[in-house]
Parts: sequence; structure tokens; C-alpha cells
Amino acid sequence: MTSGIRRTGIEKTMKVVLLISALASVLIVVLIFLFTMKEAMPAFREIGVWKLLSGTTWRPGNGEFGILAMIAGSGLVTLGAVVIGVPLALCTAVFLSEIAPEWIVRIVRPSIELLAGIPSVVYGLFGMVVIVPLIRTIPAPGNAGYGLLSASIVLAVMVLPTIANISEFAIRSVPRGYREGSLALGATKWETISRVMIPAARPGIISAVVLGLGRALGETIAMIMVIGNSVVLPTAITGNPLSIFLSRARTLTGNIAVEISYATGVHESALFATGVVLFVLIMLVNSSARFLLNKGAH
Amino acid sequence: MKKNIIRIIALAVLILPGACGQPETGEQGAGATGSETVEISVVGSTTVQPLAELFSEAYEAINPSILVTVSGGGSSVGVKSAAEQTADIGMASREIKDSEIQDCPEIVVHTIARDGIAIVTNPDLDVDGITMEQARGIFAGEITDWSEVGGVAGMITVASREEGSGTRSAFEDLVMSDALVSELAILQPSNGAIRTTVASTPGCIAFISFGYLDNSTKPMAIDGALPTAENVSTGSYPVVRPLNMVTYGEPTGAVAEWLEFILGEDGQAIVVAEGYLPF
Repeated sequence: MTSGIRRTGIEKTMKVVLLISALASVLIVVLIFLFTMKEAMPAFREIGVWKLLSGTTWRPGNGEFGILAMIAGSGLVTLGAVVIGVPLALCTAVFLSEIAPEWIVRIVRPSIELLAGIPSVVYGLFGMVVIVPLIRTIPAPGNAGYGLLSASIVLAVMVLPTIANISEFAIRSVPRGYREGSLALGATKWETISRVMIPAARPGIISAVVLGLGRALGETIAMIMVIGNSVVLPTAITGNPLSIFLSRARTLTGNIAVEISYATGVHESALFATGVVLFVLIMLVNSSARFLLNKGAH
Repeated sequence: MKKNIIRIIALAVLILPGACGQPETGEQGAGATGSETVEISVVGSTTVQPLAELFSEAYEAINPSILVTVSGGGSSVGVKSAAEQTADIGMASREIKDSEIQDCPEIVVHTIARDGIAIVTNPDLDVDGITMEQARGIFAGEITDWSEVGGVAGMITVASREEGSGTRSAFEDLVMSDALVSELAILQPSNGAIRTTVASTPGCIAFISFGYLDNSTKPMAIDGALPTAENVSTGSYPVVRPLNMVTYGEPTGAVAEWLEFILGEDGQAIVVAEGYLPF
């Protein structure tokens, strides 16, 4: 009897503890957003939301605050990372879940997990001394190696573990019957993977990519080290439109990190406004993923 | 650890009366009486901050009854804090602007050290010196090839500190006059990162504080003068900024004693050891 009372007591307490823990993260998100918003209000009022978002000149010394160049920088570097990183991560996931023998999996998977544990400043350093000199050898006027391409490559490697791990898990979670059925109907292994396994794992793969996107948008220090940080709207530097990736840029996160220690007044507030924009962007990415997931489920 | 705790408590004691609307902080440093602990608050430039921290550590070893709390915020914040008496001392890594003196004629500037700003390039470059005019052209993005300043043809890559950096604003004042640093410059947020960028990028040029000069980059002569302490003392090297401490009125009591220590032999030895130039 006493043990029964104690057990229901524990049950109730644990329920409350778990509820509080779950609510804590909601509360923290709301608090961070409200605080950032409050600090950003003076900038929105004094500069104007549209002028802030559409301005291409960022010269705090002259009172010019436009973050369009940073929005473009963050967008393009994330796009670059996705283009390079997603195929790589997806192929890794398919290989690990469908093709690789057990002993290879036992070597490759811990390596990928190790990749996730490397501090981003180390990636930045690696990018600075290895990737940047490599990119510099591309002959184009004004190309010094620092820029979107170097940053995209570094970022692709950084999001690889996130995307590869979750995608692999998603593919492994596809019921065995799907694969066996496909093979039994005479489909080859490749047909089974590309027509059955990947489509069946699509919701998981999409969430993997979106988590990777979120990580890419938020990455700061490694980007600062390789992207050049110049506040310019990225433009193609030769006739080839792809050379836009050789252009230098600044990310939204980098803008905050580079300048916050000096900023006062409107400048500081404008940096918080940069944070709000970043916040909204990430919310958009996450909710579009949710939308895609729901659509996929029906 | 223990010292930190004492500092935090001291800081809290300092802040509390202020919160009740009694701006007494300016008076705090005034009466250095024997056994009682006296608090000096120092606020401002992040360039001067590490020096100030070393001064305070060294001075507390000699005179444990004085606690110096150092915090950053930038040169402008430093001057403003001193003028408004929210801090005993403001730090600034540049000249005090005329407008700042106009706003508060009572402030007194104490130059505690000087810091040269050197123009450095990648060590493989074959250009040894440029003129002030050429430096302006290069950093403004008007001169884009080394052949224009007497070197072998090759692209000039400009690297710079970010907007808001004291080193950058001092460089703009001393070298750029009205021109602006090119928007295409690679921006790095610290002297160290600038140095790595210059060392690893062929044809790269940037400016760094004297304290960061080493073999990985090549110092450029400006108008024939190399960035050395000697050339600064003879006045032939032009790009030098003062590191200042600002007080409201002539300092008295503990604040005066602390400034005396900084300007004395021991303080200036720290200045030299950290790679800066004595005042």
C-alpha cells in the first residue's frame, strides 16, 4: 500500500518535472525572441524596417544600416553548402544503410560522428589554411580565395554529419518488406534504392536537410574566418554567373559577431535587428519543412 | 579566484548606490585612506583594456587596498563615461575629438603609451616601401596592382579591420584622411586574424598594431621610414596613435596614485614589454 502511494507520488512528480522541462524550451525561445525584438526596436523605429532590409550600404560610422548584402551572403552560402553537401551526405547515407558491409560501417560511422564533434573554429582554421589557398588558384580577377565558395565548402563539410546521420536513420527505418518486395519483382539494387527506398524515406531526408540548413544559417565563427566579411552584394566577377561564388560576402551571424563588441546606440540595436531577421529566416525554414513533411505524408 | 569574488562584491557595492540615483562613482576613488579598500572603475577602449588589466594586477600587488575594475566598451564609451563621471577613468585608443572636449571641457587627457600602426604585406612581396599617398590609394581601392607602386605585376588584396575597430578608425584618421577603406577589402575582426590572412595570401596588404608585428608578415616603410620604435621616437614614422586615459578634472587620491604608477618606471616597463611605445 505504502509503496503504491509512493509509486503514484513518483508518477505525479515525474509528470510535472517532465512538463516543466518541455515548457522550459518553449519559454526560452519566447524569451530570447522578445528580448532580441525589444533591443532591435530602436533600430526598426529609427532606420525603418524596409530601409534596413533593402539597404545595401552598411557603414555604422555614417549612420547607414542596410543588411540586404548580409541576407544575400547568408542565403548564397547556405545554398552553396546545400548544393555541395546534400548529395555527398545522401550518397553517404545510402552507402552506409544499403551497400556497405558491416566492418566498413563500423569505420565510417564513427568518423562521421567525429566530424560533428569538431569545434567550428577548427573548421574555420582548416578552411583558412587549406581551402582558401586552393580556391585562390582559380584564375579570376579579384579572387583572393576568401569568399562564398570557400565558405560553402567548409559549411558543406560541417552540415554533412547532421544530414548523413538522420538520412541514414530514415532509410534504415523503411520496412524490410519494401526492399524485399522490390527485389522480388525483379528490380535491380539501384532501382530499389532510387525508386523505393529513397522515396519511402523522403520525410526523414527532408527533415535532415532542413536541420542541416538551420545549422548552416547559424554557423558563425568558421564563416567569419573564410568568407572575407566585406559588406558587398555578391556579384559575378567574370562573365560566368557561377563566379558569384568567388565574391566576398558577410553573413548575418558574422555581422553580429564581428561588430557587437564595439557597437553602441543605434548600431547595437541594428545588430539585434540582424538577429531578429536571422530568427525569422530560421523560423521560415523550419515551418516550410513542416509544411513539406505534412504534404509528403498525405 | 578569490580576487575575482572580491571584485564582484566590490562591483556590486559600487553599483548598488548608483542604482538608487546617487551618481557617486566619480568620488569613489578620491580618498585613499589606509586600510579601507578603494575602488577605481576604468572603462573604454578594448585596445587599452589588456594594458589596463596588467597595470591593475601589478598595482594591486603593491597596494592591495586599491581595487581596479577594468571593462571594455570602446573608446567613445570610455570618453563619455569619464565625462559623465560614471567611471573614474575612461580609456581611449585615439586622440580625443574636439567635439568631445567641447561637450565636456572638464576632461583631462593622460597619454599613458603610444601605439604605432604598421602597414604589413605578405612576406613574398618585392615592394619594400610606399608613400602615404600610395597607401591611401591602395586602401581606398584605387590602386589595384603592385606594378603601379613599383612592384612586379600582381593583384593587390586589401585586408582591413571591421568598421568600429579603434585601430581602423585611428588608421583612417592618420592615413586615409577623407577617403574610405575599400568596400571590397577582406575584413577580419582581430589583429591576429589580419596577420594570418596577410601571411597566407599572396599580394595581401593590411594594417596592424605594432604589438602584432612578427616574421610572418613584412612591415612596409611609409615615406621611407620603417615601422620601428626608433623611427617613432625620432618622429619620422607618421602613423602613431596615443593610448589615453581620461579623467573628469585633475585626478586626486587613489586615481592619481594609480595614474602615477602607470606613468612611472614600473608601468612603462609593462608598456614596453607588451610591444607598445612609452608615452
